[in-house]
Amino acid sequence: MDKLEKKTNRRDFLFTASYTVGAVGIGAVIWPFVDQMNPDRSVKALATTEVDISQIEPGKSITVLWRGKPVFIKRRTESEILEAQKVNLNELPHPEKDEERVKKSEWLVMLGVCTHLGCVPLADKGEYKGWFCPCHGSHYDTSGRIRKGPAPTNMEIPKYEFVNNNTIKIG
Amino acid sequence: MSDTPYVPSSKFGKWFNDRLPLLTLSAHLQDYPTPKNLNYWWTFGGILTFCLVTQIVTGLVLAMHYVAHADLAFDSIEHIMRDVNYGWLLRYIHSNGASMFFLAVYIHIFRALFYGSYKSPREVIWIIGMLIYILMMATAFMGYVLPWGQMSFWGATVITNLFSAIPFVGEGITTWLWGGYSVDNPTLTRFFSLHYLFPFIILGLVILHIWALHVPGNNNPIGIDIKKPSKDTVPFHPYITIKDLFALLIFIIIFSGFIFFSPNVMGHPDNYIQANPLITPTHIVPEWYLLPFYAILRSVPDKLGGVILLFASIFILLALPWLDKSKVRSAVFRPIYRIFFWVLIIDVLALGYVGAMPAEGLYLLIARVGTAYYFLHFLVILPFLSRVEKTDPLPLSISEPVFGGMPKPAMMKSDKKNKNE
Amino acid sequence: MSKINLRFFLTLLFLFSITSSNAAEKVKLLSPDWSFKGITGKFDRASLQRGYQVYNEVCASCHSMRLLSYRNLGEKGGPEFTEDEVKNIAASFEVTDGPDSQGEMFTRPGRPSDRFVSIYPNVEAAAAANGGAYPPDMSVLVKSRKGGADYIYSVLMGYEDPPANIKLDEGVYYNKYMEGKKIKMSQPLMEGIVTYSDGTNATEEQMAKDVTAFLTWAAEPHLEARHKMGFKVIIFLIILTVLVYFSMKRIWSRVDTEV
Repeated sequence: MDKLEKKTNRRDFLFTASYTVGAVGIGAVIWPFVDQMNPDRSVKALATTEVDISQIEPGKSITVLWRGKPVFIKRRTESEILEAQKVNLNELPHPEKDEERVKKSEWLVMLGVCTHLGCVPLADKGEYKGWFCPCHGSHYDTSGRIRKGPAPTNMEIPKYEFVNNNTIKIG
Repeated sequence: MSDTPYVPSSKFGKWFNDRLPLLTLSAHLQDYPTPKNLNYWWTFGGILTFCLVTQIVTGLVLAMHYVAHADLAFDSIEHIMRDVNYGWLLRYIHSNGASMFFLAVYIHIFRALFYGSYKSPREVIWIIGMLIYILMMATAFMGYVLPWGQMSFWGATVITNLFSAIPFVGEGITTWLWGGYSVDNPTLTRFFSLHYLFPFIILGLVILHIWALHVPGNNNPIGIDIKKPSKDTVPFHPYITIKDLFALLIFIIIFSGFIFFSPNVMGHPDNYIQANPLITPTHIVPEWYLLPFYAILRSVPDKLGGVILLFASIFILLALPWLDKSKVRSAVFRPIYRIFFWVLIIDVLALGYVGAMPAEGLYLLIARVGTAYYFLHFLVILPFLSRVEKTDPLPLSISEPVFGGMPKPAMMKSDKKNKNE
Repeated sequence: MSKINLRFFLTLLFLFSITSSNAAEKVKLLSPDWSFKGITGKFDRASLQRGYQVYNEVCASCHSMRLLSYRNLGEKGGPEFTEDEVKNIAASFEVTDGPDSQGEMFTRPGRPSDRFVSIYPNVEAAAAANGGAYPPDMSVLVKSRKGGADYIYSVLMGYEDPPANIKLDEGVYYNKYMEGKKIKMSQPLMEGIVTYSDGTNATEEQMAKDVTAFLTWAAEPHLEARHKMGFKVIIFLIILTVLVYFSMKRIWSRVDTEV
């Protein structure tokens, strides 16, 4: 009786161990097949872009491609800055101070992607003199904040820094 | 196939099974009575299924990164090798997987030849298997073109030019195959498309192959018909599954050895040079698994003759069940056939060897003798042998190795009677 | 049945022996003690870094390496230059970029994400500048030659005065390891042609070894990761196989047949 029990226990252990080790192996095999779809090394290497901004006149903006998305770099005029700063935060669907959204108030750097469904908004359009998304009618102000329309949040600010007065490094 | 029809235990199971009998199928696959004396040569069916699935899955993810364009294909492969996460692993599994697939399929085929698994009532299994093998060769050939290296390009050029040997329409066929006047971008893109398609046709044929197998049941090393289920059989699960798994793991260890420690040994260095239509490599060889056929092709001095012989050497296998008429299946009980079986193996290996060598001098002579013998084996030796060979007595069953001592044809008849009961 | 198996394996063995003996004919290549050979083989970082220096100062004047990027030099398993070193290396090259907003191409200092800058704009230009012989791209050179690293090393070390019976044309050199023993590249490595920044004595042999190691890495940048993973995978598989073997024995003990 005792012997029989021992035998079954050992059998159970053997089978359990086989199943466990096998399951670990299958898990380990699956990972490369999943991970191969993540951004590869060459994509990650392009994660930063340096942009020369010395040629941009006040009031004008350029659009550069970063990680496959447009980034708006706008040199704002005094009046645009003032307008962005004086807004009452209580009026905003997504309250953010303009100062929180820029590093130098003259330069607005943001992802040019509507936070509704990913279209690219048009510059200098809309009821708030900022951007207007033609897809579903979202209005953004001169700080890229959502003011009216279906978009839930302000346009995103990417990670960036001023390398010097003429160059911005995005990413 | 089991005695009592399967009834699912749960109510939902019964409801579902009445509408789509998947549970009956799964019960059949588990209980499927299998001869208990199957040796390790029989594990290659499972191994081949693993190979096919591995090739399909790795191929699927490689296709996410590969670019089928003459200007970009080579670089996209290197992109996979260098930048894609685990890309080198996936590609080496896929490229070495092709070789392992053929290694396994050759063992599987020669197992069938040795134990007479192609004989009645398993002719359809054999023919489907041969169709799978032919499609495998086509798939592997087109896959080898995709990296767009020198061997890819010139291999494609040489093989597609085979069709130009056909009288009158040959030129038209090659132009049609190429989509141009030489192997070029249109050829590459269509090969990619077909290379993606064929494995799924193979998968369909594999299902038919297994279906056709499950009608008469497995052959076995002593090649006699057995009662199913009986003392001579075991349920497929867990007995055969665990044995197949063990063999598969040994196979994967060898496979891993290639992938991780000599991933390029089965390939050709020239394929790491981008295709160049102006320079032919000094020595064009196909992948190792096609070498015997390549030797047959080159053994004939005539272009059309070589091509005909090449295709004949493959298609002759389809007729094998009617060339070898011996009632005794297993070579274990066929002392003379057994010798010729080994001679055939040596012949095919020798053909493979000279296929890799320049077609001149002694090599050419060996190729010619080998080719002649290959056809001799199937067209003369087998039909003749099945009439004159005196076979050893067969046992009555697997469990009781009692020899019947009767003449074989009577033996076979009595076995068949048993089965029909 | 075991007799049959044995015979089958003997036949296979025979096949392998004839194929390998055939591979071993021809000239025996030089084979230094490569650190990256064998199942636990790894690259020697210092050697790879020196090898890059040799490539950059000697080979790169003719041979491109278009599949590599400067960032690769800092990646794990390679020469592993520091991030700043990689940036400096990249910045020392002029990269053509563009078009800018005016539609003009312009040059800028290289970034780590840039591909290695080739000295020639295309294959034709490279061939024209080298007497009609195109200096092959070196990205996967090691894998594209039979004999691999040993072959590259041997060719680098194989320059000799030609035997009296061989007459060489202008711009053709004698190399005993080259196919046909003739090569259009003049001897690239001479003692002291490079001054190693780490102070290693730049003998011909040392440079050949370093640059070959570098080219081997360039052709197979994940070699170390592959060896490491392979080692783990095989150990794991052996454990699993042993477990499955005993499970199989146990299951089959229920019937009277041996497995």
